Amino acid sequence: MIAFDFPVVLAEWPLLAKGVAATLALTAVSATVGVSLGVACAWARLHGAPWLKAIVGTYVELIRNTPFIVQLFFLFFGLPGIGIRLSPEVASVLAMVVNLGAYAAEIVRAGIATTPRGQIEAAQSLALSEMQVFTRVVLPPSLKRVWPALVSQIIIVMLGSAVCGQISTPELSYAANLIQSRSFRAFEAFIVATLIYLALSMALRRLLNWAGPRFIFGK
Amino acid sequence: MVDFSLWDIFRNLLLAARWTVLLSLIAFIGGGLVGIALLIARIARLRGADTLVGGYVQLFQGTPLLMQLFLAYFGLALFGINVSPWVAAALALTLYTSAFLTEIWRGCVNAVNKGQWEASTALALSLSEQLRYVIGPQALRVAVPPTVGFLVQVIKGTALASVIGFVELTKAGTMITNATFRPFTVYACLALMYFALCYPISAWSKSLEKKLNHGHR
Amino acid sequence: MGIDETGIVEIQGLKKRFGTNEVLKGIDLSVKRGEVIAIIGKSGSGKSTLLRCINGLEVFDEGTLSVDGNPLLHDDKAAMRTLRQRVGMIFQGFNLFPHLSVGRNVMLAPTLVKKRDTAAAAEQARKLLARVGLAEKFDAQPDQLSGGQQQRVAIARALAMEPAVLLCDEITSALDPELVGEVLRVVESLAIEGMTLLMVTHEMSFARKVSDRLVFMHAGRIHEMGPPEVIFGNPQTPELKQFLSSIDA
Repeated sequence: MIAFDFPVVLAEWPLLAKGVAATLALTAVSATVGVSLGVACAWARLHGAPWLKAIVGTYVELIRNTPFIVQLFFLFFGLPGIGIRLSPEVASVLAMVVNLGAYAAEIVRAGIATTPRGQIEAAQSLALSEMQVFTRVVLPPSLKRVWPALVSQIIIVMLGSAVCGQISTPELSYAANLIQSRSFRAFEAFIVATLIYLALSMALRRLLNWAGPRFIFGK
Repeated sequence: MVDFSLWDIFRNLLLAARWTVLLSLIAFIGGGLVGIALLIARIARLRGADTLVGGYVQLFQGTPLLMQLFLAYFGLALFGINVSPWVAAALALTLYTSAFLTEIWRGCVNAVNKGQWEASTALALSLSEQLRYVIGPQALRVAVPPTVGFLVQVIKGTALASVIGFVELTKAGTMITNATFRPFTVYACLALMYFALCYPISAWSKSLEKKLNHGHR
Repeated sequence: MGIDETGIVEIQGLKKRFGTNEVLKGIDLSVKRGEVIAIIGKSGSGKSTLLRCINGLEVFDEGTLSVDGNPLLHDDKAAMRTLRQRVGMIFQGFNLFPHLSVGRNVMLAPTLVKKRDTAAAAEQARKLLARVGLAEKFDAQPDQLSGGQQQRVAIARALAMEPAVLLCDEITSALDPELVGEVLRVVESLAIEGMTLLMVTHEMSFARKVSDRLVFMHAGRIHEMGPPEVIFGNPQTPELKQFLSSIDA
């Protein structure tokens, strides 16, 4: 019978807690900035000048068709080749923002595109400016429509942040790796980390589903 | 110091790309087979299937793929099985793919009009006949675009196998960077190679979806 | 009465709940072979639910239901399969199989369930489609047909199983008015030929013309029952009177 040793891993709970905090911080920043970037890109793709549409389109397709780990490694290992050195934390946030931004752009664009024509016409007849029509009439219902997809994507990015431990960002997977290298209890360390991630993704989903109607788009 | 040309870099990446493609296909096909089995268990309402498969999906969708790879690699080692990164990666990716595919396909089956179930029940068809002749064909049509689209996710997922030491495209990229000291070029090439693999499939999936939506009036 | 006193469909004390809502509060009904029964009433009175209990699409909570002497056993898959070969159903939404041609729609069940060979099934399908006036549409796709044509195909599809009883659940309610007639004509011809029919319908003049008995349902019970002349000409209860005045009887 295999002998598991969980207590030795659980004893390192301060390390795990710090890792969780870092993961949540990374996610919080990336989610806010990334979704905002996504909204801006969605607007650009629908209303922007042709050159802007082309740039955004290329950005979105590039990010969506390459792995996150490659994007991260490019920022952290690749950029120094042309003289730009980023800290692990900055590289991680940047990679996550850029990554989420591209997916959010597509998700939000789909939401905006299904806005009934009549809504826009009514808002225009009320003499609202183009920006007002977008932010007050088009965006809130669109976000409500695509909220589940957006929440799922944020969770995907949160789970993807586990890769950031590979460039020594002190988040949860890095903590788990540290614990396993000290205790030689790899399986237990990773099981504990995995379960924590599971709890985080469930909690985050609940939180975002509560926060969305409350703060962003109304009931 | 040896000077590496762009072509040298590309050539080595290309060789490693074989493994990326192979791993992706194994995970996709294996995951598809497991996914179908899980789906049928759910549809046939086998005892506990709904909860178990639901939990299985929740597990794989709610945890990082990286962790799943680590667990496969270190977990199997615990049982004394000498696991190569290749086997661990294949196992983890297959199960990961099966969870996502079964959920995608479940959505497609649910998308079939309820009246189709009622009409075929009223005509005395058994469940397997209903699935094979009435529900299946309709669900299949709707399922093709998202399934093709998920292949892209699988290909991207193989990049993580590099972390447990499997020499596929990304691992090769890291190794080549260490040899050539040209990280910017290497990682840029790496990204472009993945793009070359994934973009055609994404574009195909999108065109399939457009065709599907135009077929419906 | 004839040799068999028991009806082809015998319902006793049927009760059905949806959650806390009791939709059928105790139905007793005996349907004779060859009888045409029209079930009328307000929406929510339980008409469709009653119909769907007879072929097992709804599972009732209390009471007994038997078709052709065989009691309905929901858990017995083989028994339910046999039941559904005896009892056919036409739906308000037609529910044709969109990925199969008209001919294949009609052929599917006989080939799979009655194990008929393809040639025989095709011949039967052609005969039935001719019978409903759509002989030339054998190879057409369902979405190329009008609503009335689709419903007639649905009738042919149900008839292909040679049922003893046909359940019609508001089969013209989803049709444009000018397409209703062609469907009702087919149903009338089935009635004349002696098919046992149970129809939930809003087509009052049709019900009056074709049915042997009318069943008026109200709040989950059979409120009044009788031949058309009595129900339409001499309604007894205020509920039926109110119902008849609210529609163009």
